[in-house]
Amino acid sequence: MDALLTELLPNVDWTEIGYASLDTLSMLGFSMLFTVLLGLPLGVLLFLTGPRQMFEQKALYGIVSLLVNILRSVPFVILLIVMIPFTVIVAGTSLGVAGAIPPLVVGATPFFARLVETALREVDRGIIEATQAMGATTRQIIVNALLPEALPGIIAAITVTAITLVSYTAMSGLIGGGGLGDLAVRYGYQRYQPDVMLVTVVLLLVLVQILQTVGDKLVVHFSRK
Amino acid sequence: MINFHQVHKAYRVSGHDIPALRPTDLQIARGEVFGIIGHSGAGKSTLLRLINRLEEPSGGRIEIDGVDVTALDAAGLRRQRQQVGMIFQHFNLLASKTVADNVAMPLKLAGELSRTAIEQRVAALLARVGLQDHANKYPAQLSGGQKQRVGIARALATEPNILLCDEATSALDPQTTGQVLQLLAEINRELNLTIVLITHEMDVIRRVCDRVAVMDAGVIVEQGPVAEVFLHPQHATSKRFVQEAEHVDGDEQHDDFAHVPGRILRLTFQGEATYAPLLGTVARETGVDYSILAGRIDRIKDTPYGQLTLALTGGDIDAAIARFNAGDVHLEVLR
Repeated sequence: MDALLTELLPNVDWTEIGYASLDTLSMLGFSMLFTVLLGLPLGVLLFLTGPRQMFEQKALYGIVSLLVNILRSVPFVILLIVMIPFTVIVAGTSLGVAGAIPPLVVGATPFFARLVETALREVDRGIIEATQAMGATTRQIIVNALLPEALPGIIAAITVTAITLVSYTAMSGLIGGGGLGDLAVRYGYQRYQPDVMLVTVVLLLVLVQILQTVGDKLVVHFSRK
Repeated sequence: MINFHQVHKAYRVSGHDIPALRPTDLQIARGEVFGIIGHSGAGKSTLLRLINRLEEPSGGRIEIDGVDVTALDAAGLRRQRQQVGMIFQHFNLLASKTVADNVAMPLKLAGELSRTAIEQRVAALLARVGLQDHANKYPAQLSGGQKQRVGIARALATEPNILLCDEATSALDPQTTGQVLQLLAEINRELNLTIVLITHEMDVIRRVCDRVAVMDAGVIVEQGPVAEVFLHPQHATSKRFVQEAEHVDGDEQHDDFAHVPGRILRLTFQGEATYAPLLGTVARETGVDYSILAGRIDRIKDTPYGQLTLALTGGDIDAAIARFNAGDVHLEVLR
């Protein structure tokens, strides 16, 4: 078996693949964490200040919305490069796992916030009305009614965002971001070792499959329908 | 006691004020079941939502037990809302929470009771609405009638003085509607709870309400005790609602009797008079013959009533009419 693997994939260094996989997972994990921490409040803000919502604020919504759209329309490759000075300030380096996380978060947060906004809009207005009628504060309406009711939608949003982040982490390999993408660029592309490219792509595919399956299962579990 | 003083409400739609409720005065007494009937767009939903200020009035004053709720600040309004339960046409239960957690929600939001006290209150409420075996189910697993029972239990959780019902039975089948209305009537009696309900079905009014207001185009066009409005409607809108409930078409009725000979009378009985053998007595005493052209014997809330349309022939018809007039019955001579 080992001999066969060596013959078919002569350039693959499995130890390095292992480290690169761990790097990808930690980039994904940390950037997802910060994306949720920043994107969820931003999504709630977009929802509440949006048209015909509880705290309709045309000006505020317009500004936040424009900001989100600007960030979303910048290609991620460009964002990676443009953000290097900022990344150095925040993470101390623009290289490796730590250097990849700030651009990943900035790239994914506006996208995630929009998905959260959409998920919250799916919540029946009657639920909000009923909660208001109980004498709930705005905070209570958000925490006790809106977010629990939108939970399946938010989990779906996290799943989609995580998968987008997987491809972003691979792209960050271009500027020395580390992880499987970095491996694919340095060995697969620059040294022309297609077997390394193949292995990294397969691993990324497996990761995406796992994320989608787990996400779908959680959505079903929390849907209560 | 709920008091409306010249309350009005207009919505601003693309630069124009669209009136939903014209300046309205209204008194609803403590412990009564007050019904508001109207077609969609008549303003009844707006009127109901003004009571707990889900709609802000454009002007006027609303007092509940002497407190001007239109002047309350945010914190005061939240405390006030805990004293006013509300149930909805589409139930508005949280799909993500169990039946027990839905009922517990207003108590948790109020934050005044301990966890064990909340559990006990929830158990008692679920037993009251007959859902003690469904505490750990999710709303999606319940029937419409069961969902509305959860809604009622939830609305009663904070022991409110007032219950607002927004088309609470409109999404239910007739049998379930009957059960939910019966539950509302029981709660009204047991807890001396003031119930304000809105509906577009006269039958709902007839079965549970003490008094009714008929709304049309943002105006209360008629109001009074249900028996009064139901049996002797004055306004065209009220008449239409009554005819819908009776399943008759007003114009058709007159045409139908065109070929019937004799005088045509309509008698309306209420209470014990419904059971008195008046027709037979009068026929024997005056020698008139009668045939019943149309009729209905039913109950308005707990009061029996009867309404009969008769054709009288032969004998002393004037004496018969005088005799009916002297009896415990309301008489209209139709022809």
